[in-house]
Order: sequence, then structure tokens, then C-alpha cells
Amino acid sequence: MNRRIESNRTMAHSSHSPARRVGRRHPLAAAALLVVGLLATGGAYALATTTATAETTAAGEAQVDEGGKLFAANCASCHGLNGEGTEAGPTVIGAGSLAVEFQVGTGRMPMAASGPQAEQKPVQFTQEQIDAMGAWVASLAPGPGIPADRYIAGDGDAANGAELFRINCAMCHNVAGAGGALTEGKWAPGLMGVEPIHVYGAMVTGPQNMPVFSDLNLTPEEKNDIITYLLYVEENPSAGGWDLGSLGPVSEGLFIWIFGLGALVGVTIWLTAKSN
Amino acid sequence: MSDAHDGHGGETAGKAVAQLDDHQAPAPAVAVVRADRIENPGFPPERLRVTDLDPKKEKQAERTISLLFFLSIIGSVLAVAAYILFPIEEGDFGTVRINNMLLGVGITLGLLGIGIGAVHWSKALMHGHEEVEERHPTRGSDESRERAVEIFSEANKESGFTRRTLMRNTMIGALIATPIPAIALFRDLAPAEDPVALLKHTMWDTGVRLTRDPSGTPIKASDVTIGSAFHVIPEGLAELESHRLEEKAKAAVLLMRLPVDELNEREDRASWSYDGIVAYSKICTHVGCPVALYEQQTHHLLCPCHQSQFDVANHCEVIFGPAARPLPQLPITVDDEGYLVAQSDFTEPVGPSFWERAL
Repeated sequence: MNRRIESNRTMAHSSHSPARRVGRRHPLAAAALLVVGLLATGGAYALATTTATAETTAAGEAQVDEGGKLFAANCASCHGLNGEGTEAGPTVIGAGSLAVEFQVGTGRMPMAASGPQAEQKPVQFTQEQIDAMGAWVASLAPGPGIPADRYIAGDGDAANGAELFRINCAMCHNVAGAGGALTEGKWAPGLMGVEPIHVYGAMVTGPQNMPVFSDLNLTPEEKNDIITYLLYVEENPSAGGWDLGSLGPVSEGLFIWIFGLGALVGVTIWLTAKSN
Repeated sequence: MSDAHDGHGGETAGKAVAQLDDHQAPAPAVAVVRADRIENPGFPPERLRVTDLDPKKEKQAERTISLLFFLSIIGSVLAVAAYILFPIEEGDFGTVRINNMLLGVGITLGLLGIGIGAVHWSKALMHGHEEVEERHPTRGSDESRERAVEIFSEANKESGFTRRTLMRNTMIGALIATPIPAIALFRDLAPAEDPVALLKHTMWDTGVRLTRDPSGTPIKASDVTIGSAFHVIPEGLAELESHRLEEKAKAAVLLMRLPVDELNEREDRASWSYDGIVAYSKICTHVGCPVALYEQQTHHLLCPCHQSQFDVANHCEVIFGPAARPLPQLPITVDDEGYLVAQSDFTEPVGPSFWERAL
């Protein structure tokens, strides 16, 4: 049998199979090798890094250092390398770990742009990173710390909390916590779905334009009552039915004027119209 | 004009109408009808309904109406069933909502079913031809008019109304005087105290402590940190037996602490604050809503009702909105135990303007 020398022409004629065979390797071998390599390296990385299983509230030196590094990388451009503040951001000395927990834990910090209202955005850090940054800020000077669990448990007196909320908070945040407008484009955010620790933190630290409600103004037990009230409103349906965003006369008026009066006008026209 | 619907302009039955052309002057006390006036076009051609023309549609309309009445029966039964099957359970507001809603839906269906069915019946099935009801003259006959005048003059003669003038005038006087006691009595329904004096004074006085709303605990100057906003009532208000809300509506105060270098004070009011702690009336000088929306960094107070803004750093002068006067300031100081106390009452009436305010 003649040995066919494979030249370009003969190969073009003789190749009926779509795969061009080079050597003894399977054509998909390269792809398979890539997948195996990726899985191996990814798996090895996952095995190598461990997730922290123990949560500690004590600020160890390692935590403070880590917080300092995170602060320098993410916050120092506005708040200064030592937290002393720049033109773009105020000082964080004395702000305490509670302020860090509130601002970073709700996604308001790092702020997208300097301004009077920090918008809530997706949270950029893990809880350990937030705790680390809080520890570092707390190490600068004494400030409000994370409260004991019993003050954010939400098991207080909802009636007392409701009265305190109406007197201190409802004028900006709406009596049902639906949020409200302030001057010149600022607003008080809605409070539904907010973590108790963040409600507590906002009251104590007075973020942005919110006034400060320190523990000498509203005691920790009273703050727990307010948190209880907010959780109650969140969990219980409005007894009146569809609450239209709890905005009261604004949304209810809009609804009645458009749908209610519209329906009445339609019925009036139908009543006196000649039948088809 | 009667019988005008047939559209004939010149022939009328009324006596007081004359037809003229352009050159004649009208006789006095005669209605003018011009020869070229617009003819009455009459009614548009009558349009028969679908139920008049098509017997199948008529049957369908009857079925629809019967269905509506049937739905009404179902709705009423549903309302009673819902009331029994979804009762209100004490403490659970979700059950209130469901009970009310189903009751309402049932009753609505019951009433609307009857209403819509009845209206549709009258529009679609009942006799639908258009008719004209003629107007008739309302003027009485001459004999009855003369008789009426006679009756009045007879009554006058028999009663002596016009002739006996003293009797008549004293009767009119008595009738006018009778309702006057009612004016005096109803006027007494207003509050007994002089409202002007009530509006010019509040519960604040020399030495009255500032206390937290609603608990009534006194406030130390050291409790008020920079950026704080305390809601304040005078000592004794929380324990008041009567008129508590009326007094609160005048005496409510907002206590804030600003850094001393940011506070611009008038020289005559420099002693009214304490180390950057200032107290202002919470009652808006526009219509009286509580102004408590305090912005910590801008030091602005916003009233939510009509959006008046006050600048706390500049003695609460109005920087925006319809308020005419700045918020009254409460002069405060510290007593020997460190608690914040008022130096005196407000030096002007709190709240909106009223007629006697400047007097």
C-alpha cells in the first residue's frame, strides 16, 4: 500500500471529519486542561483561606491594625490618614465604633461624593472589616460604642416607644416611620427594615443632619422601646387596610381624587347616558 | 311662548306678541318677533335602543339584570357569613382588617347589585320613547286675581292691622326684641377667661425647670451635648389635671446646643442662652404647627406644615417660607444644682399672629 504523503492538497481532499487531528491529543484536551486547572487552583484557594468562626467583641491589636489599614485604603482620602479630617470630610476622632457600624454597616460610607446627605448604597465591607475599622476609630479617642444586646433586643414597651417616637422622631421620619422631606433636598429616610443596631446607632451618633439623641436624652431602655415600636409597625399589617405608603393625606388624597372621584364622575355620566 | 315646538314662527296663540318687519317701530308693552328669526329645529331624530330592535338583546339585558340582582343577594349573604367566619380577635389587628374588608365587599356587592341592576333596567328595558310635556301659563284668571286682592283688603279691615297703628308697631317691636336674649346666652358659650390674656402668657416663669417631654424629668446643662435636640415642657405640665394640652400647645419648647462660635446672638439677648444651649418656642409663628425638624449641621428648623424655615444660629430668624416673625426665645439659665431653668416667661406671645398681639 502506498503511503500517502499528506500535503496541503491531499489533506484538503481527504479531510471529511471536521476535527483536524494534530498528534494524539483529543481536540478538547486543551479545554479540559483549563477547566481542571481552574478548579484545582480555586479549590486550593478555598481550602487555604479559613472563615472566621469565632466572633469576638474585644478589640485585639491585630483587629485595630487591620482596621487602620482598611481606613487608610478606603476612608483616609476624605477623613485624613489619622482620622483628623480634611476639607472633604470631618474628623472621626471621638466618633466611636458605633458611628462606624452605622455609617459603614448601612452602606452610607464610603460616600460616593461629599455632601450633606449620605445616600444608602450596598454595603461594601464584611462585618469583620466593619468591626475592625470600628475598633481602630475607637482607639483614636473614646466615643459611643456598640450597645449591649439587651438594648437592641426589641422586647421593650411598644406603647412607650410609640409615644417617644411621636414626640422625638415622627416630625422628620413620619409617624409610621415612612420617612419625610427636609430642607433643600435633604430627607429623613424610612425606618422600615432597618436593623435595631443601626436605629440605635443613628440615635446616639446623630448622623449627617440628624440631631443627637444621646443616652442622657433618651435612656438606653427608652431607645429599646422605640426599636420595639418600629419592629411592631414593621411586623403588623395596618389595621385600616392598604396603607398607601403611610404618607397620610398626600397619598390618600391622590388616590381619592384620581380613582374615587374619577369613578364617581364615570358613574354620574353613565347614569344619565342613553342606553346603547 | 307656547306651542313653539312645531317650529312655526309667525303663528302664535299669545296675545302679547306681534310680528314685525324691519321698518316698523314696536308698539309699547309688546314682545317683538322678527320675521327673519331662527326657526326652531325641533328634536333630533329618535334613536332606537339595541333592546328595542333586537329581541335577543332584550333577553340578554333581562338576564344581565337578573344576574345583578342575584349577585346582590349573594353579596348580602356573604357579608353575614364573613362576619361569622372571620371574627375580630382581640389584640390581632390583621383580623380587624380582614373582617372589615369582607364585610365591606359583601355589603357593597349587595347595594351596587340592586343599584346597577335597577338603573340598567330603566335605561335598557323600560319604555324609552321621548315625550314632550307642554308648559301651561301660570298666570291666574282675572277673576281669581281680583278675588285675591279682595280677600287681603277684607282681612285688613277685619283685623284692623293698618288702622290700629300703635298695636301694630308694638307687635313689630316685640317680635324684634324676642331673639335678643339668645344672642347674650349663646355668646356665653365662649371661654370665660379673656383669650388675649391666655394667649399672652404661658406656664413658663422665673425658676421653672425645663423638663423632658413626656416624662417630666428635669434636664441638666451637662446632659445637652452639641448637636442635641431636646423636646421640653415646663415643670408641672406633665402632672396638670386640667387644660394640659392647651398649656402644652403654648409652652412646648425645643432645646438645642450649638458650638458657641457658631451662635450669633443679639447683645440684648446674650444672657438668654447658656454656653451655646438655646431654647426656642416650638410653636410656629405662621399658623401654630410644632417646628421641630432640626437639622444639626445647618442649624435650620423646618416647620412641616407650610415649610417655614428658621435659622437657630441667627436667633431663629425666618429664612424661608410664610412665617412673618422669628420664633420667640425662652431666656434660660442654670440653677445652683445644674438644672436648666427659665429666667422668665416668653417676652412676646408665642405662636401665630392675632389681632391684639401688639397691644
